[in-house]
Amino acid sequence: MYGKGLKPLSIATVAMLALALSLVFFYAPLDADQGFIQKIFYVHVPLAIVALTGFIVGGVFAIAHLRTNNRKWDAYSYVAIHISVIFGVAVLITGAIWAKASWGHWWVWDEPTLVSFLIVFLLYATYYPFRYAIEDRDRQARYASVFAVTAGAFVPLNFMAVRMAQSLVHPRTFATAEGGMPGEMMLAFLCMLVAIGLLWTTLVKFELTAKSASGQVKRLRRALDAPTGGSSSRIAPEVS
Amino acid sequence: MLLPLAAPALPLDEAGKYVAGAYVVFMVLLVVYVAIMAAKLGRIERELREVAAIAERNKGGQAAPGREAEEAAPRV
Repeated sequence: MYGKGLKPLSIATVAMLALALSLVFFYAPLDADQGFIQKIFYVHVPLAIVALTGFIVGGVFAIAHLRTNNRKWDAYSYVAIHISVIFGVAVLITGAIWAKASWGHWWVWDEPTLVSFLIVFLLYATYYPFRYAIEDRDRQARYASVFAVTAGAFVPLNFMAVRMAQSLVHPRTFATAEGGMPGEMMLAFLCMLVAIGLLWTTLVKFELTAKSASGQVKRLRRALDAPTGGSSSRIAPEVS
Repeated sequence: MLLPLAAPALPLDEAGKYVAGAYVVFMVLLVVYVAIMAAKLGRIERELREVAAIAERNKGGQAAPGREAEEAAPRV
């Protein structure tokens, strides 16, 4: 059921990524201040936006779970947060590389954008041990949903920190006093944002499809009175 | 803190390794994730084969004597 439309979505993702990367390296002009280093921006910022949006989406799915008590939404929320955490790792590493190239340091602690993203990331890193600490599946799903909603509400603070930060070190993405990015850069950036968004959606769908297939096999085993495999996850919700 | 802004852009040969590093990290994470997914799907496939074998065994044990010849006939 979850695999429906996965093939065209995967093809669209690969095509969009190829187009976006072509625009980044062959169409977008070099930045006057940062030069070639600024190309990191096209992968770092879309990853950050999609990761943070994914955390909020996970919170929205968690609200749906709390409202309906349907375990499907808990699985959606778990997978959305799971993929966003992976994207978060990529954001932190690409950001550190960019910082080293631009500022000469891998990490700058007095930069609000970096620190606020790290706080959000570490908050979501506790999601897994939090789930693991609760054995009862129903309670685990309910508490995880409450966590996802609360943490999801905290995420917009990160966006606000970016906009309100007084430091001039972290580059602004859109509107600036000088008028923002040139059109070619903006086009490449938006294409990359769409590509990364599609990638996130594809990976979420892949993960849900795998969980659904695994859940169906377990149900089959139970129906056949066969012993279930010992590889069952204690934290990942089952999808029927 | 404004000093880094005043620094000139890195030359292309030095900047290239940082840009390549960032994009390689992105691609490596993606490939690792796909490899983990492939391993998961392999496990599900193996479990499915086991379940199919159990189902076949159960079916063979419960089959009526008259149906044995029917089941033994080649499927088209």
